[in-house]
Amino acid sequence: MSTTAATAGAPFGTLDISTTSKVPLLRLVKVEMRKMIDTRSGLWLIIAIVAITALITVIFFFAAPDDDRVFLNYIGIMATPQGFLLPVMGILLITQEWTQRTGMVTFTLEPHRGKVIAAKVIAALVFGLLAVLVATVIASIATGVSGAPGAWADIGSDDFAKFTLLQVTGVLQGLAFGLIFLNSAAAIVTFFVLPIAFSIVASLWGALEDIAPWVDLGTSQVPLFEGTNLTGEQWWQVLTGTVIWVVLPFLAGLIRVLRAELK
Amino acid sequence: MITLENVTKRYGQFTAVNDISFVAQSGKVTGFLGPNGAGKSTSMRIMVGLTPQDGGDALIGGYRFADIPNPSRHVGVLLDASAQHDGRTGREVLRLSAETMGMGLGRVEEMLTLVGLSGPESKRRVRNYSLGMRQRLGIANALMGDPSVLILDEPVNGLDPAGIHWMRGLLRSFAAKGGTVLLSSHLLHEVEMIADEMVLIGRGKIVARGTKEELLQTRGTYVKPEDPEALQKALQAASIEAVPSGDGGFRSDSEPIEVGRAAAAAGVVLAELKAAEGAGLEEMFLQLTSDHARDSITPEGVQV
Repeated sequence: MSTTAATAGAPFGTLDISTTSKVPLLRLVKVEMRKMIDTRSGLWLIIAIVAITALITVIFFFAAPDDDRVFLNYIGIMATPQGFLLPVMGILLITQEWTQRTGMVTFTLEPHRGKVIAAKVIAALVFGLLAVLVATVIASIATGVSGAPGAWADIGSDDFAKFTLLQVTGVLQGLAFGLIFLNSAAAIVTFFVLPIAFSIVASLWGALEDIAPWVDLGTSQVPLFEGTNLTGEQWWQVLTGTVIWVVLPFLAGLIRVLRAELK
Repeated sequence: MITLENVTKRYGQFTAVNDISFVAQSGKVTGFLGPNGAGKSTSMRIMVGLTPQDGGDALIGGYRFADIPNPSRHVGVLLDASAQHDGRTGREVLRLSAETMGMGLGRVEEMLTLVGLSGPESKRRVRNYSLGMRQRLGIANALMGDPSVLILDEPVNGLDPAGIHWMRGLLRSFAAKGGTVLLSSHLLHEVEMIADEMVLIGRGKIVARGTKEELLQTRGTYVKPEDPEALQKALQAASIEAVPSGDGGFRSDSEPIEVGRAAAAAGVVLAELKAAEGAGLEEMFLQLTSDHARDSITPEGVQV
């Protein structure tokens, strides 16, 4: 076997890779976005997110007093159902590769696993932002129909920023839990049960309740829902909660996937 | 060309792949044979970087798989036909691969036609596919990027005889165009028909390799006399070992000429005398792997 592979033309038995370029990240993102909607379960999850967002708007329209039918309230009530479903989407985007074992194909097509995960993160964020857009559109329509006095008052860019931050954090947390468990059921159950377990323990153990805003993401995010301005301390609490529940699990999960054996 | 050099993979105390080295040449179909659990799939996963090895090098055309840009354009891989999303249609599975590789959608239709899954079958969900259909889909996926190397784990599994015949034609013409094919199987008759060269693996070690002809070269004689008892005595007298074959004949490790001389000396009439047919790759294969299994049970454990 020739050792001067660099000379023109590949020696017999050697691949000529000079004309092949790497798979661009954008192409992987496109593929990952497609994977979210090309199965019935994935498609229905997206439909459910849109439908529930619309449904809760209708319920609020009939249930709330006229004066409360303002834009910020509409956006506010959408945060909760979307906050439940967007993380599930993030979880499934990761775990389908393991539960359905498609990872063997995915990580053969692109052996650089970090790149595939990056594409999944971007794809999930795009869907998260689309959900925010859908929420804004539905809230605008509902507000217009309501015609309440001062319905469009006090809307600042920070309101959109907070709403977006909530949804994006939810998506990333879903991805992180997916990466850690690599199993849909375990990741989804843990995602929903852990905060409940935390609040039960906190209610029994006072010390934990005191530090809850710092260590429990659900607690630290409460001010983000309320439409008030956050204090410096509250922003720090959002940050620490996010590090504990999103950043650290994500890093641990990423390390796990980079090292895992796929079979 | 696929080159493995001293590749080893351990799981705790268990050595799944034990220092294996072999080359799958361009222009040839190499059969990778071994019983279940011999280390075939692990070796193949190591080749494409899905399983990190503990030692050694696995190179495809001179490169580590991960160092090949857009590797599917060079190396077609089918590791497990059932590793597909149940909820996707056959066409959708191929479309995802085609988009990742940067192949046009026309290529998807081309591949569906090639493997006989075009038409209504392409629109069915993989959940409703038989194993044979999944294998065809996996082959289409492997060929999608127009590669020059194919790595196929048990591709014949689940195919009907017509499917095996089709696969044989496909892989042989792929190799005839200069491509490299490595396919694994635990069923020898199937691979016997397809492969030019064979690598036999048992308990994580290579136990034999060579062309089919080399591996099938056997010594020995089949002899059928008019009077079995008389022949048995004659052979004993000539110190030729022989065992009854159950049909009134005998098998011996000696050459036919020696058996013939012994029979002639004793005046025994023979109905048949011929060189033993190749014991059959399967028999040899079973023997090789079981011998190896016995060797490896030592006080130190399974490793020799």
